[in-house]
Amino acid sequence: MSTKPIEIQPLGEPRKPSRVNVARRRAADHLVSGLAILATLVVLAPLVAILFYLVYKGASSLNVAFFTRIPAPVGEEGGGMANAIAGSGIILVLASLMGIPIGIAAGVYLSEFGNGRFLGNAIRFTADVLNGVPSIVMGIAIYSLVVKPQHHYSAFAGGIALAIMMIPTVTRTTEEMLATVPHAIREAALGLGVPKWRTAVSISLRTASPGIITGCMLAFARVAGETAPLLFTAFGNQFWSFKLNEPIAALPLQIFVYAISPYDEWHRLAWAGALVLIALIMVSVTLVRIFANRGMLKGGS
Amino acid sequence: MRAVRPAPSSAEQSTSLAAESPSVVRNFLNSRGSGRLADASFATLMLICASTIFLIVLFIFWILIHNSHLSLVAFGWKFFTREAWDPVSGDFGALPFIYGTLMTSLLALAMAVPLALGVAIFLTELCPRPLRAPISFLSELLAAIPSVVYGLWAVFVLVPLMRDTIGPFLAKTLGWTGFFEGPNFGVGLLTASIILAIMILPIISSLTRDIMTAVPNSQREAVLALGATRWEMIRIGVLRNSRIGIVGAVMLGLGRALGETMAVTMVIGNHPDISKSLFAPGYTLASVIANEFSEATGDLYYSALIEIGLALFLVTIVVNAIARLMVWAVTRGAPSRVS
Repeated sequence: MSTKPIEIQPLGEPRKPSRVNVARRRAADHLVSGLAILATLVVLAPLVAILFYLVYKGASSLNVAFFTRIPAPVGEEGGGMANAIAGSGIILVLASLMGIPIGIAAGVYLSEFGNGRFLGNAIRFTADVLNGVPSIVMGIAIYSLVVKPQHHYSAFAGGIALAIMMIPTVTRTTEEMLATVPHAIREAALGLGVPKWRTAVSISLRTASPGIITGCMLAFARVAGETAPLLFTAFGNQFWSFKLNEPIAALPLQIFVYAISPYDEWHRLAWAGALVLIALIMVSVTLVRIFANRGMLKGGS
Repeated sequence: MRAVRPAPSSAEQSTSLAAESPSVVRNFLNSRGSGRLADASFATLMLICASTIFLIVLFIFWILIHNSHLSLVAFGWKFFTREAWDPVSGDFGALPFIYGTLMTSLLALAMAVPLALGVAIFLTELCPRPLRAPISFLSELLAAIPSVVYGLWAVFVLVPLMRDTIGPFLAKTLGWTGFFEGPNFGVGLLTASIILAIMILPIISSLTRDIMTAVPNSQREAVLALGATRWEMIRIGVLRNSRIGIVGAVMLGLGRALGETMAVTMVIGNHPDISKSLFAPGYTLASVIANEFSEATGDLYYSALIEIGLALFLVTIVVNAIARLMVWAVTRGAPSRVS
């Protein structure tokens, strides 16, 4: 092609694109736009359907007894999930107490000390990989570690399993939020003679705190609905239990047990439980949204 | 010059003064200590916390190997190619579970990937600005729903729908392929794949959206300036630039699908059988652990289940590692998001 002499065309007479070609390209454009919009609608449809069913089936079976009673025996009407809600709360508090400090500390290390080093990159990568480990595997690992030597299921084991699932999320958000804190602020603190640890705690962490709280809430919301790691650690309980070394009820576990049971009354309670669980998670996620949008790094830049 | 000359003398004076009685500032600084000890211990503490992440992964790995020792010795590599699953006579093989896991995950990907791409294209390139935030918020909400709630919805809504409407329709129109044969109970591989697809969609689409946002605008402008239509701009300017990242996002979705437990357990039928029909009940690696672990009597049964967990752990780690590297390769520099 390059050896051919170029045919010199007179200027002012540009080649017009063929009409068929233009029409084809325009049709493809519209087709893809249409498909993309269709895909979005198809994706939002199940969300709407799930929320609709949750509210429709759950709200009709929510009552005061649901929040104050423990599960009724099979065949009896009524009963609630008070012990499951309390149990979920206990397990989640345990998990947060263990997971959030470690996660934040690891994030501080990655951002303030390990940046650019091999160890930092390796830990960052491991955190991402740990994030993808299936929750059921976490469950059997904690079973083998805590439950098997103790010979009984316990709330504590459930807390450990959930804490491990929280750590990678908290670490990565903490790191990302700390990375957005401008260096000038740190340098100002260091220039005033503030030790490095104090700079990290009172300057960097404090400036990034809205974002870090967001990350913690997201991690919390994520593990709040986890069922698989609790199957073999917290195990579930039909009665009140506040002891950390005994099996304890949890909302997701109770929903699972009730959903696969053959009784209509239990199905009703499962829907109500799912509605409560979703409401808890959505409220925290929405709060996070508002929090993150408003308070995002007021001190920065 | 005049100013310089007395300077050494005054400096000498001050140093000699300092040697005798340090200034107030120096005294104050000396009394405060250097903070070196506190700094070092703080750094060590942070390092210890960061290393726990390492230790956790190593520890899970070790404890899974340790506890599956019995079955590793008894069956070796054949464990993954044997079809038998007979707890009574102590004969174990993981093939039906591997088949169920792969089949449901790949089917879910086949359904989810085109849709997720469509959503990502819509959100980054087509969507009017005021709609963008609410739609991405809604699709993230989909990611926040716990899997047990998906399972609940699937059991009471999707299963009847499959049994009465979609299933017969598929059997009538696509029955000749042989994938939709046999009795249709509503629970089975296809139902599990559909619920999996719904669950991994938000992950893939939000990551793909991030990756496509990371493509510089100059690329788009360059392609548009050459007279491309919008779709050509997306194809040439955006998709081609972000394909590695998109593959990474898809693999992250795959990793999630492989390990998904509760929703799949509730609708897959839980029957260790290899069958070509998608209506047939199946079993996945994760759901066999969820169902049988707490009633595993006998050490070999227990260690066979742990070995299944080990396999799941290793496979998801490899898939996730590859996916992370791919996503990193593309969004390096741009802030990544926690999925």
